[in-house]
Amino acid sequence: MNVQTPFAAALLDPARPCPDGLVTWNGSDPARRFQVYRNNVIVSLVDALADTFAVTQQLVGDEFFRAMARLYACAHPPRSPVLALYGGDFPAFIEGFPPAAGLPYLADVARLEYLRVVAYHAADASPVDPTALAALLTDESALPALRMRLHPALAVLPSDAAVVSLWAAHQGVGALEEVIPEVPETALILRQGLEVDVRQIPAAAGAFIATLGAGLPLGQAAARATALDGGFDLAGALGLLLQSSAITALNPVLPQ
Amino acid sequence: MTTARHFLPPGVGGSAPGAGTLPARSGLGLKPEHFHSILETLPDLGFFEIHAENYMVEGGPYHHYLTRIRSHYPLSIHGVGLSIGAEAGLDETHLDRLAALIKRYAPQSFSEHLAWSSHGGVFLNDLLPLPYHAETLHRVCAHIDRVQERLQRPMLLENPATYVEFADSTFGEADFISEVVRRTGCGLLLDVSNVHVSCVNHGRDPRAFIAALPLAATGQIHLAGFARDVDAAGDPLLIDSHGAPVADEVWRLYRCALEMLGPVPTLIERDNDVPAFPVLLAEARKAEAMLSTFAEAGEPA
Repeated sequence: MNVQTPFAAALLDPARPCPDGLVTWNGSDPARRFQVYRNNVIVSLVDALADTFAVTQQLVGDEFFRAMARLYACAHPPRSPVLALYGGDFPAFIEGFPPAAGLPYLADVARLEYLRVVAYHAADASPVDPTALAALLTDESALPALRMRLHPALAVLPSDAAVVSLWAAHQGVGALEEVIPEVPETALILRQGLEVDVRQIPAAAGAFIATLGAGLPLGQAAARATALDGGFDLAGALGLLLQSSAITALNPVLPQ
Repeated sequence: MTTARHFLPPGVGGSAPGAGTLPARSGLGLKPEHFHSILETLPDLGFFEIHAENYMVEGGPYHHYLTRIRSHYPLSIHGVGLSIGAEAGLDETHLDRLAALIKRYAPQSFSEHLAWSSHGGVFLNDLLPLPYHAETLHRVCAHIDRVQERLQRPMLLENPATYVEFADSTFGEADFISEVVRRTGCGLLLDVSNVHVSCVNHGRDPRAFIAALPLAATGQIHLAGFARDVDAAGDPLLIDSHGAPVADEVWRLYRCALEMLGPVPTLIERDNDVPAFPVLLAEARKAEAMLSTFAEAGEPA
């Protein structure tokens, strides 16, 4: 007999009645006890989201955040028991959540927070030997075709909002009231050692790194960056990747 | 008296940290906020326990710190997401992740719950109750058989904390667990707090309940805190919150369990409102003091 389908459905939908077939030793209404399970499920999922999206929560306040997270959790419960990465589509939910429409930067702040968690738990990888890269860079004719594998714990987030400044102001860096939210910023998220670093980079450098990270050759990445900004600083962007130990392979064999 | 050693596969034994069994001492749940404190002080503790699912990530600080802590302590891996009671089959992908984690960290113990937590592709993040009858017995045993076959080791099954019972149950919980242990050869993780919570919630005698469990198969004990609520009749309803110190009633029941069992590896669980490490260490010391009383007295006949 299928007990778990109605039980699970009632857990995630408060409008549904308590499932049939439940009994209590003292004859009390099982619905009150079933409510404990419902509460455990929803509160634990909202807590998991609050852990990941702490700045998002600070931007809207606890009450607003928990109400929004509750609606998300009921509509988008986790598909995996590995909860560390739960909430990947919460930023998109926020973007389409009418009560949050007055904070157009909120979804991108949430995206940045999620990318931080992804970077925190991403695979470990060793950087290439800087001298190997230096040797390759001396052959200018080979540069446009050069491909790189970037660290699994690296991500770029281009935004129409001041996503890095908003996030940093909640880490005690800069004053929130001085941030102009409508100023576009590009975030580079990268784990170095055991710490996840978030820094603002030029939009063109973001396009360059994201293109390289997608496995495309350096020439194509530089062209995209230059199209965004004629003053794109190729040496500066490469130097940043190198200093951050973010390049883990040169001309990797690509899967066909 | 049979001890946990009975449940080891042939050829496995010896002292920690390498392989074998958990020592009959107290241990603590490993919390990321305590990684530094533990590695700086290397407190004298019997073992650490992790929730398997928290470490099913590819890399980064969790694995960095767990690797270091594992080199100093025996380890228990405690699953919270395998959904052994699920009406659908076991999630083989999850079982693969679990097998990889166990291979990587070679824990002295692996345990899971008599509960379900996934249904229809959705993970509900709670340990949900099962009716106890022939059909669920068959299903739970088939799932445990599969887990033990895939992991190539016996597991411990934890008695649940529950808030409701099912009209169509034909077994009492202790009888159901006894039958699972008999049929699968798995061990028992005796969660003394869950015994207390469930017995209050269902009007049972906790001492009689413990005595009816397959105690000879006990490989570990869990102790945790609970929250107090009331049901629709105004009777006490205890909630297994893991968010408070171990209550006096549970310490008394623990002593009673040790009288029946002799010393057993004992975990202090704390997953919510986690205090500073020394606070948890003090609770572990309290359990250790009780364990040592029973160790000096020798195992019961």
